[in-house]
Amino acid sequence: MDQKETQYHIVNYGTYMLVWIGLVILTGITITAGSMNLGGLSILTPLLIALLKAGLVLYFFMHLKYEEDIFQIILLFPVIILTIFIGLTFFDISFR
Amino acid sequence: MSDERHRDYAGAKIGMWLFLFTEILLFGGMFLLYSVYRLKHPQDFHNAAGELNTIIGALNTLILITSSLTMALSISATQKGHKKLSTLFLVLTILLGTAFLVDKYFEWGAKFHHGIYPNSPELLTYTKGKVLFYGLYFVMTGFHGLHVLIGVLILSVMLVLVMKTKIHKTDFIKLENSGLYWHMVDIIWIFLFPLFYLIT
Repeated sequence: MDQKETQYHIVNYGTYMLVWIGLVILTGITITAGSMNLGGLSILTPLLIALLKAGLVLYFFMHLKYEEDIFQIILLFPVIILTIFIGLTFFDISFR
Repeated sequence: MSDERHRDYAGAKIGMWLFLFTEILLFGGMFLLYSVYRLKHPQDFHNAAGELNTIIGALNTLILITSSLTMALSISATQKGHKKLSTLFLVLTILLGTAFLVDKYFEWGAKFHHGIYPNSPELLTYTKGKVLFYGLYFVMTGFHGLHVLIGVLILSVMLVLVMKTKIHKTDFIKLENSGLYWHMVDIIWIFLFPLFYLIT
């Protein structure tokens, strides 16, 4: 087997535990924020926290931090496609 | 290395990621539908979201986050050659996934009990925005629940492979790709939870 193929990064149990604690804390914050009246920020705040949580899962649990750059680059494609779809749709409905 | 078979780990993982992208776009389309209808019926969505059980939603969030942790730990344990630990973490992941589905069963059951299910006579008496909210709720959490069920089945197969040492220290790509799928299902719930249960 090619030497390069056998190289991989073993993530410490401790790192995963820390990420999990982070995710639980963020969940707590988002529930607390949901029960408060944040006015105009009441939709944006939970969505930003969700993005942060998704980032933690992608970066650590899904190993994006430890993989080659190509994985982060290809992830941009669905993100860009979704952004275009969402952008065009809202552009459409806001000018009807 | 006694096993001379050629393996392309990077290729296998990129293939899995490409599949996950199609999943992201599948759910992305539904999220887009949700956003547009929410914009058109803000008051109805506000009223309907308040009727969902935040405690059950929060419990399911904790269950899925924790199952993602045990999934990741199981892969690390396999890479370190700790078969027993890996098996234990995998069993925990499967149990947590099942707990999520049981929770979902009770949540949907309570809604059905109140006469709220797709096309129910009760639901059709509601305002248009509320009907749309519940339609999206059942389709999106239903699709997600289906993914959890598929994930549990895949992980059960992986459990057998780990126990038979077909997945081990030098060959764990199947487990890693199954883990990627499981984490993706977790990420979708991370967005579903605030959209349906928190933002009112």
